[in-house]
Formats: sequence, structure tokens, C-alpha cells
Amino acid sequence: MSSEATGDLVLVLRRLGGTVTGGVARLGYMARFLGAILWYTPMALRRLHLTVREIYFSGVLSLVIILMSGLFVGMVLSLQGYEVLRRYSAQEQLGIVVALSLVKELGPVIGGLLFASRAGSAITAEIGLMKATEQLSAMEMMAVDPIARVVAPRFWAGVISMPLLAALFSAFGIFGGYLIGVRVIGIDAGAFWGQMQAGVNFWPDITNGIIKSIVFGAAVSLIAVIEGYDAKPTAEGVSSATTRTVVVSSLAILALDFVLTVFMFRGVGL
Amino acid sequence: MPVAATADSHATLSPTRRLDPAAAAIELKDVSFAYDTRLILRGITMTVPRGKIVAIMGASGSGKTTILRLIGGQLRPKKGKVLVGGQSVADLEPDALYALRRKFGMLFQFGALFTDMTVFENIAFPMREHTDLPESMIRDLVLMKLNAVGLRGAAQLMPSELSGGMGRRVALARAIALDPMLVMYDEPFAGLDPISLAIVGQLIRRLNDALGITSIVVTHDVYESLKMVDYLYFVSEGKIVASGTPAEVRASSDPFVRQFVDGQPDGPVRFHYPAPPYHRALLANVE
Repeated sequence: MSSEATGDLVLVLRRLGGTVTGGVARLGYMARFLGAILWYTPMALRRLHLTVREIYFSGVLSLVIILMSGLFVGMVLSLQGYEVLRRYSAQEQLGIVVALSLVKELGPVIGGLLFASRAGSAITAEIGLMKATEQLSAMEMMAVDPIARVVAPRFWAGVISMPLLAALFSAFGIFGGYLIGVRVIGIDAGAFWGQMQAGVNFWPDITNGIIKSIVFGAAVSLIAVIEGYDAKPTAEGVSSATTRTVVVSSLAILALDFVLTVFMFRGVGL
Repeated sequence: MPVAATADSHATLSPTRRLDPAAAAIELKDVSFAYDTRLILRGITMTVPRGKIVAIMGASGSGKTTILRLIGGQLRPKKGKVLVGGQSVADLEPDALYALRRKFGMLFQFGALFTDMTVFENIAFPMREHTDLPESMIRDLVLMKLNAVGLRGAAQLMPSELSGGMGRRVALARAIALDPMLVMYDEPFAGLDPISLAIVGQLIRRLNDALGITSIVVTHDVYESLKMVDYLYFVSEGKIVASGTPAEVRASSDPFVRQFVDGQPDGPVRFHYPAPPYHRALLANVE
């Protein structure tokens, strides 16, 4: 092998090593950051009004997009589900198909993706701008830890809001499915609700959805606060951090969904 | 910006010979600091006496704000000691550092007011965080601080509704909210109109004398600084290149001081960023 080729190989290996060690270091940093948030959690919870305020900004202000999306997803699901079920003369099963799809999968996943876009990006931008305008530095110089005062309340607000938003997404989705399935297509309302009641169990169906939405809420919130806290204190830096929050959160939700689903399917022999 | 020849100027106006270290609130001893490999400060030694206003002057990017961050413990020196009240800031445990910071006030370059809080809440913030005072007393204290900077009537405004000068005064009221022993001002005059600038300058002097605090003002506003401070340090390329009282600075013939005070575009601080010869750059394509 020529010395030039060896040099190229070394360069590639060095870059690969740098990427891997950089990724591991980033994960370690995120774990330490999460540790700091947990450490300051009692302090943040003592000032509950801060967390409640953030629940309003992350949760309540996300309601419109969550509810509207849930409604439309439920309606589309009903149309598509009816089309498939009709082939097998199983239209009466539409209620259970819509409900299970939403509660176990679409509610947490699409709710999480919307939450990352609407609330996650807002959290990153807010913390990033606080850093750019030296508000975080001002807090530090006033002997107030920004992780306790700014980061922890936003993190917990996300963890609390996300399952509630996912539940509302699913509820409105089921309502959308009812509107299309029962009111428009004409499936019997008793069959729609009855099948759903018989086929959807609290454990494991609903609890699986709740677990997923809590995990997604924690992941999105953690990514959003870290990206904001680490943003370069410039307009471009905040903009990049906001974009990274949406991209990384979305990928994290989809990857975690797969991992969680694998664990949840272990009971059926996977 | 590079400095051509300033080595002698510091020797002629040495701060350590003039200011009594025994009366020092703040001391920097041979402090150096670098961001990664980029050296920002090189062997800074300075003394800030108790109850005095000391200005740190220099061009943008000369390392002035870094000195404030070292004193506040937000950065750690690579070499040397930063002593506040005799304690080495870099050696303090986090709890002790936070306890020390409670005795500090800091006015940031653009105020750094919390944009989601009213003026009143901004000033009440450190009181609520660090004291158990009843709300009625916090209210009275906040109004007193606001009255001291002439903005009692603006208590319920949001920071976005304030002019630059008003914002700086509110930040000043917040900096003195807990009656600190030391107030650090980072470019307090930046972007202010002449009236606001004079008001802020007077307030810094008046509050310093009335409350008996020690003040460090990082600025490049020569005219306003010479009117109100007790002592000045000039920093360039991370080194102290000159220092003295306002009278000494006015009378100084030191090339750096003269260039800075008279606002000359070229001198020890060069106008041109280091570059290859002009004719060579222009003829590069021809060759």
C-alpha cells in the first residue's frame, strides 16, 4: 500500500474515531445534564408555579395543533381502515382498529412529533435567546443556578404535558374516527363503541401508550433544554439549535418507539 | 488589535506601586487565561481598592469582560490568582462561590433583564431568591431601588417597553438589590444617548459613594470614565499596558494612552489588521 493510501486510511479512521468518541462524549454530557436536572428537581418542585407556568406554555398552547391533528388523523384512519376492513367484511371492527392504532402508536408518536415541533423548538429558542442576551449569565452572577430556575421546570413541564397531550390526541382521533365511520359511512354506533370497549384493554394497550408518551416527553424535553443551553449565543446559533431540536427529537421518538415496541411485544413471543 | 510598543508604559504607571494591596477588595496576581489555545489574558496584575471605582479600558476584544468573568468565578484562570476579599475565587467550592456571588452585583452590557418579567419583578428577583423577606417589604425595597435610579414610575413596564438608557438603569437597580459589596459594570455606556450616558455615569458614582461599594467598570468610553472613576487600567492584547488616576491619564504622554484618549485611528494599536504587504497582495494575480 502506498504511503498516500495509508495516509487516507488513517485520516478516515481518525474521523470515524472522532465521530464515535464525540457521540459517546455527547451521550455522557446528556446523562450528566439529566443528573443535574434530577438533582435540582426538588428545588424546582418547591416553586411549583414555575413548572405550572411552563406546562401552560408547553402543554396548553400546544392544544390547538394537537387536537386538530388528532381529529384529522382519526378521520383519515377511519376512512383507510374501513376500506381495508370492508374487503374482509369486518367493517364492524372499525372502532377497535381506530382506537388501538391511536392509543398504542399514533397518539404517542404523532403527538410526540408535534410536541417536538411546537413546544420543543420553543423551549430551545427561549433558552438559547436567554443565553444570547446574557440572562443565564445574569442568573449565575446572582447566585441562582439556571438549571434549577430555568431548565428543570421546563423539563418537567414537558414530561407532564406530553402524556396528557397524547391522550387528548387519541381522544380527538377516536372522535374523528367516529364522525367518519358512524356519521358519514354509516357503521352502527353500538358496534363501533362496543367493539372498542371490548377490544381495548387498560393493561397493556393504554398503559403502553402512556409509557411511550412519558418516555417521548422526557426525550424531547431533555433534547430541547440541552440544545437551548448549549446554543451558540448568536442568531445563527439559536436558529441551528432550534432546528437540531426538531430533527434530533423526531429521530429519537421514532427510534425509541421501535425499542419500546419491541419490549412491549415480548409478551407475544418476539 | 495589535499593540506595537507599550512595554515601557506600564512600568511608568504601575498600579501595584500606587494602590495599597492591604486595602484591596479585589486582586489579580499574574493572571493568564486562554480559550483552548487562544490566549486572552497574559499575566494581568491589578488591584481594586475597597470603596473605589476602577475602570478597565481597552479596545473591543482586548479581554476586559474576561477579567470580570474571572472575578465572578464564571471562568477559571489558567495561571495566577484572582482574590476577592482575600479568597481565591477559582479555589472555592460551588456553594462558597454562590455565597460569594450573593455579595456581587453585575450590570451586563445590554442589561440582561429577564424579558418575561416586569421591571418590578426583575428587581425583586434576587430578593425572592435569596431572602425570606415578606412581600410587603420586598415591595418597599424594590420601590426604593427604583426611586434611586429615577424609575419608580416604570415598575410595571416590561423590559421591551424600556429605552436603552432606562433598561440600563433598571439593570443597575437590580445589581444593587441586595446591597452588594462589589458591583461590576460591563460596558454600561454602550449604545446610550448622551443624556442617558451622563445619567448612568452619575448614578454609578452616586451609588458607589452612598452605599460604600466597590465598583469595577469595563468600558471604552474615555470621556465619561475620566469624569467619574478613581483609577484606570488600560488593557490591550490581554496585557495591562498603562494605568493611573484620571489626572495622570489626562497628563500622560504614553503613546497608547494618548491614542486611546484622543481617539486616534492609528498608533500603538494599529489601524490595519496584520497582512502581507499591500503591493504584493494587489500584484498577486499579475505575477
